[in-house]
Amino acid sequence: MERRPDLDEHLFRRESGRMVAALTRIFGLHNLALAEDVVQDAFCRALEVWKVRGVPENPSAWLMATAKNRALDVVRRERTARTFAPELSRRLETGWTTAAIVDEAFSPAIRDEQLRMMFSCCHPRLPEEAQVALILNILCGFGASEIAGAFLTGRAAIEKRISRGKRVLATSKRLFDLADAEFRPRLAAVRRALYLLFNEGYHGASAESAVRAELCREAMRLTALLGEHPPAAGPETSALAALMSLHAARLPARVDAGGDLSPLADQERSRWDSRLVAQGLALLERSAAGPEVTAYHVEAAIAAAHAGARSVDEADWESIVSLYDRLMAVAPSPVVALNRAIAIAQRDGPERGLEEIHAIEGRERLKSYPFYPAAMGDLELRRGNRQAAREHFSAALALARNPTERRFLEKRSRACECASGSERGPGGDLS
Amino acid sequence: MSEFVYLFRASEAEQREAMGTPERAQRSMQVWMAWIRDLEAKGHLKDRGQPLERGGKVVRGRKKVVTDGPYAEAKDLVLGFIIVEARDLAQAVELSAGCPMLEGGGSVEIRPVMRSPS
Repeated sequence: MERRPDLDEHLFRRESGRMVAALTRIFGLHNLALAEDVVQDAFCRALEVWKVRGVPENPSAWLMATAKNRALDVVRRERTARTFAPELSRRLETGWTTAAIVDEAFSPAIRDEQLRMMFSCCHPRLPEEAQVALILNILCGFGASEIAGAFLTGRAAIEKRISRGKRVLATSKRLFDLADAEFRPRLAAVRRALYLLFNEGYHGASAESAVRAELCREAMRLTALLGEHPPAAGPETSALAALMSLHAARLPARVDAGGDLSPLADQERSRWDSRLVAQGLALLERSAAGPEVTAYHVEAAIAAAHAGARSVDEADWESIVSLYDRLMAVAPSPVVALNRAIAIAQRDGPERGLEEIHAIEGRERLKSYPFYPAAMGDLELRRGNRQAAREHFSAALALARNPTERRFLEKRSRACECASGSERGPGGDLS
Repeated sequence: MSEFVYLFRASEAEQREAMGTPERAQRSMQVWMAWIRDLEAKGHLKDRGQPLERGGKVVRGRKKVVTDGPYAEAKDLVLGFIIVEARDLAQAVELSAGCPMLEGGGSVEIRPVMRSPS
């Protein structure tokens, strides 16, 4: 019996984004649904053929070639009935260049088309959450229910968000032009969307760690794509890539053997991915090339400070606190303030940390964030105030968004009953 | 042992539903491949058959009228076939129970291959 290659676990998701991007370049952004149809059709054909003959030697190439043939069919058949991408229309009308145009869009990397699609998704008329949902749907091949699962939102709401977003995209017939004057502001929006995508994976509410790791991986893949395109590369993109790498390095240790969330203090640092740490540090160095220090720079520097320490106690909390001061200056938010307070507690003791927490401006915005009362619980426990700690943990428990968080907080809550409470490092969301 | 042809049928809508999102496509592919692999491992897969295009032509009657395959709107388009070896029709039916086609709302038509008298 011949050996057939196994099916790559994410083949269809990965190829979907590339195929839709290439097809949209030909059909135009207003025909996004047509592009998605062609991709679906290619998948159906793949199923019919592969299920009996097995997976071909190069499945990506097989899918691309199939989509390409279908694209040619569509353009030839509907040339008079439809308008395709405006920049190609004259060439498409003449007919003899159709094959060349299709070939061009399907050039091996399809890198530019994916980039252009990413920029298209970050349309200024769309709220950030819609931009992220579109990127996940179009470029990462996530269906509405998968996105809903990752964001703990109803499927109907996500479907609405996506279809509304696609209507906005369709107002422009062509994919975003990377030479456009709008490039700079749009680039900032793209980085922001990728940052949010990564954070959703890293801190998000979804219980499934596999889904979350997948979101982080996709954010890193797309950020790497930005980094390969000179006008989109540059210090700020490097800083973003650095912070993703340095955080992603900790992912393997973030969940312990029992499937429970493991805070930074308890993580087995030997399980951090040293390759990603090294990559993150190299990117951070590269990000220092410019005069600007952005929030991404500071967040990456904080992650680097953790990556360089052998344990929580050996971390340079003096520098970490001053980095948080800096972060509060460039991108203030109650969550940043909370993490800064936790760092101060680490440097100066739990009382100082609690004072800082009580002084957080806009802390009412943290009222549904479980790690806010959990942080106070940790600090109260560390100063031996078990009763107060217990109350904070039960408040946190009531806010838990999924079973993983619930188990984590229950464990912290139980610590009030047994431990002297002094051996704990920072809890909070410093994981 | 006797031979049976499995004809896989589904409407285009059912087929698209099974492949609706990349993740679903991936799952469909995995279960199909596992099912085929299992048939093969147990020695029931006689022939991998051929996948069929959806479109085609139909030639009918003495006048040899050629029409486009009525397939696009057909409820149960034949998508392909395989040939299975089984003891009898009962076992052939039993073997088809795990066919992913059925999960997607499609059907498997099982037809014994006619044998010449020995």
